[in-house]
Amino acid sequence: MTKRFSLSSQPLDEHAITAVVSRHDAGGVVTFVGRVRDNARGHDVVALEYEAYPEMAEHVFEQIADEATSRFPIKHVAIHHRSGRLVVGEPSVIVAVSAAHRGAAFEACEYVIDQVKARAPIWKKEFTPDGAVWVDDRP
Amino acid sequence: MRVTVRFFASHREATGLSTYIADVPDGSSAAEVLGSLCGSFPKLKSASVRVAFAINRNHVNPATPLRDGDELALLPPMAGG
Repeated sequence: MTKRFSLSSQPLDEHAITAVVSRHDAGGVVTFVGRVRDNARGHDVVALEYEAYPEMAEHVFEQIADEATSRFPIKHVAIHHRSGRLVVGEPSVIVAVSAAHRGAAFEACEYVIDQVKARAPIWKKEFTPDGAVWVDDRP
Repeated sequence: MRVTVRFFASHREATGLSTYIADVPDGSSAAEVLGSLCGSFPKLKSASVRVAFAINRNHVNPATPLRDGDELALLPPMAGG
């Protein structure tokens, strides 16, 4: 049985994560998949390495899902994030949200991924042809 | 009192450690513990200009006091997703 919240070094399974939130009372399921891009800020990227504070990350995922459930009329939320080294094209994060109707599912899914990026204790090192650097995306 | 400090990403590389046991005065805040750590690990000072704190896996503000046995995590700018 796939967990609802997970930080894992194993490849992400989009179908299994979507299935976790799918229920007969939920007519809309929105899934966001974040994948490793081949460029950032004008340079090539060959790989990313994710490091996390795993015991806290899953706790933060659960808090974010609880907030989303109280802010939007949705049914279920699943958040899965990778750790370790990922190559271009690999999924790094998947958020799945189910709701009775699509509008709330879209809105809640955007809220959840924005919060994960801002608050989850996860860091990424970008590997470029010229070296490696820890990413600081905050404005 | 004694607290466990966790270092991640750029902080882990700056200190060469993932975990460190710090002896600090009773009632020290998260920011005060960081100040004392910068004395022990000079490279941490420039690496921790923009840092957030968590105590026992919850985000806290820098003025939050610690208790004996707490786990203090220094969080560099987060970049999940």
